[in-house]
Amino acid sequence: MKAVGIVLSNIHDKDIPELTGIRSIGSVPFGGRYRLIDFALSNMVNSGITTVGIITKSNYQSLMDHVGSGKEWDLVRKNGGLFILPPFSDNQDNLYETRLQALYGIINFLEHRKEEVAVLADTNMVCNIDLSAVIDNHFAKNADISCVYKEMTLTGDEGHKVSAIKTDTKGKVVDIATAKPLKDVKIKSVINIWVINRVLLINLIRDALSRDSNADFDLDLVGKNLKSLNVAGYEFDGYFAWITSLAKYYQHNMELLNKEVRDNLFNQKHKAIFTKVKDSAPTSYRDGAKVKNSFIADGCVIDGIVENSVIFRGVSVGRGCVVRNCILMQDSVVMDNANLNCVIADKNVVVKSGRNLSGCATLPFFIGKNVIV
Amino acid sequence: MLTKKECVAMLLAGGQGSRLYALTNNVAKPAVEFGAKNRIIDFPLSNCTNSGIDTVGVLTQYQPLVLNEYIGNGQPWDLDRTFGGVHILPPYQAKEKSNWYKGTANAIYQNLDFLDRYEPEYVLILSGDHIYKMSYDEMLKVHKQNDADCTIAVLTVPMEEASRFGIMSMDKNDRITEFAEKPKQPKSNQASMGIYIFSYKVLKQYLIDDENNANSSNDFGKDIIPKMLADGKRLVGYHFEGYWKDVGTIKSLWEANMDLLGDKPNFDIFDTHRKIYARNIADTPQFIGQNASIKNSIIGGGAEIDGTVINSVISSRVKIEEGAIVRDSVIFGDTVIKKNAVVEFAIIDEFTEIGKGAVVGAKNKESDGICVVARNEVIQENAVIPAGAMYDSKNGGAK
Repeated sequence: MKAVGIVLSNIHDKDIPELTGIRSIGSVPFGGRYRLIDFALSNMVNSGITTVGIITKSNYQSLMDHVGSGKEWDLVRKNGGLFILPPFSDNQDNLYETRLQALYGIINFLEHRKEEVAVLADTNMVCNIDLSAVIDNHFAKNADISCVYKEMTLTGDEGHKVSAIKTDTKGKVVDIATAKPLKDVKIKSVINIWVINRVLLINLIRDALSRDSNADFDLDLVGKNLKSLNVAGYEFDGYFAWITSLAKYYQHNMELLNKEVRDNLFNQKHKAIFTKVKDSAPTSYRDGAKVKNSFIADGCVIDGIVENSVIFRGVSVGRGCVVRNCILMQDSVVMDNANLNCVIADKNVVVKSGRNLSGCATLPFFIGKNVIV
Repeated sequence: MLTKKECVAMLLAGGQGSRLYALTNNVAKPAVEFGAKNRIIDFPLSNCTNSGIDTVGVLTQYQPLVLNEYIGNGQPWDLDRTFGGVHILPPYQAKEKSNWYKGTANAIYQNLDFLDRYEPEYVLILSGDHIYKMSYDEMLKVHKQNDADCTIAVLTVPMEEASRFGIMSMDKNDRITEFAEKPKQPKSNQASMGIYIFSYKVLKQYLIDDENNANSSNDFGKDIIPKMLADGKRLVGYHFEGYWKDVGTIKSLWEANMDLLGDKPNFDIFDTHRKIYARNIADTPQFIGQNASIKNSIIGGGAEIDGTVINSVISSRVKIEEGAIVRDSVIFGDTVIKKNAVVEFAIIDEFTEIGKGAVVGAKNKESDGICVVARNEVIQENAVIPAGAMYDSKNGGAK
């Protein structure tokens, strides 16, 4: 096998404190039945990668519960398979902060692998990308590093710094810069999917951290070596969503009501997105159900009005309820005659009868896990 | 062996299921879809898992491809075990002879070697065509308490239906005194559910004797049970209360699917305590479109509904387009109902396409019978398939 996958499951935890206070960004629920890490894992598995290491840091119980042995992704293997890589630190109080420190923590894992290249991916994004094409391009171009980028016009509210690259006519990366996003600026944005020759990666990590313990992956490990190494750009032109704030989380869930987005993400041949199987019953629509334009997972019982919403597994919507423009996560209960608009309910929320809750699309009303309203 | 198993289950899944007609053209009856997400065999397999039975032999014979693929290594039912687990047991060729399974008892007889490997105290015999949730561990407890040679699960049925079943009479301690397979004049309404627990030593001897009897039809209900009774063995009834349905006919299969509907369904598959497991493909959530209207129905993963669905069971990945109407019907997986088509009182098998404006089945009348369309069919635009018809173009067209 040519490639080992490395998934960074905690690196963006601070972006959405509402959802990641109790879990890692990788285990944030998305799209009715998925967790964000499903996309990175499925992309790797669908590209023929059979060894995947998941770098964790904190609050990763829900992540481990979700990925389990890895059987849903066919990652239970004698050779390779799934590796959970908890934080490694010489000093107990000092967990990693930067991407490079996170990678340094798994350097033993990287050294023991035999694969030629490592494929890195974050879990704060939603896309269905054929990584085997990136890997093939990497070898065809004889590259040392491949940088997957996406041409995008920034909205200014990305919520984190973005790295932009410049490429020459042959697609080689010639410049990389990091800045706060500015509205309406069009860039070739780094999307934190990298293919790097494994042995080179180990050396580059050591080299960069020996100069500066807070060295930056994009600017130092990649940026300072652009002249000496062959860094290939690879443009990804499919649907891509960065989940960088609660508003973005809401927006990108709602985009799933768009057929093109669904087809691009979920309905590509031989590129399914896998997730944990729960053996829920089918969803039951009762006599009071009036459902339009909604994405609804298994095991729900719907007896009220549901429109323009994303409903996770095991949710129940009582008779006379009106649920519009909402995201209701797993096992939430909306009792009879409640009225919800632009609400994000985390897992196991109970909304009692007759309650009236409303947010707006840019500032959805958020209800935390297990809360009873 | 590493360890012995107290109780091994043997699941009879070899029957053709000829009364399901076109639905079993290419698949064995236990592999027929049921209830939007399952296949019939999920019920006995899940019952085993939920009852702590981790060793199951599945006896296959007729069209086993889909069934074998579906069972696979048994992982969805937690039956992928280092020791035990699920095993497919097809008929095989031996040095002296090779035989198809001649009857239910002969099927077990031919697999005595399999059972011997686990040195079981008890053997549970199950059928692959019943829809129910049952605690086999409770039944085993009763079997042990009675020190029985054989325990038969018993259901009270309406007297007028009793002649379809194996009917038994019991004394006040539930000891079986009489057993008649499908009697013309039933003496009671206590029916055998086709679920038996045998003490293995006794069963083994009876199977060997039965095999040596040239006049035997090698059937549990017709031969083994009556013989044991005649010999004065301890046969005990185990009363089952709850939902149970033999889905061996088109009508009963349709009815059992309808029993899943309603605010208080006759058969509750929503109870999370005893889940019915299924092999899952990576289905997305279902998408309900702008033009959809759905009432009193259950729908599986990955379905796309933009039409009207009333009193129906819609399986995974089914597409129902704008203007189409599906009423009082069961639609199996991956089937497409095109624009403005109408499907009523019908069962549509997997991977079939109902063309634009086609009309399938009866209008608002169950009494005209259930219409069936076989798998992989394409019903042309505006075609009409009459009520109660069997559409099966690869086997002689509409009947």
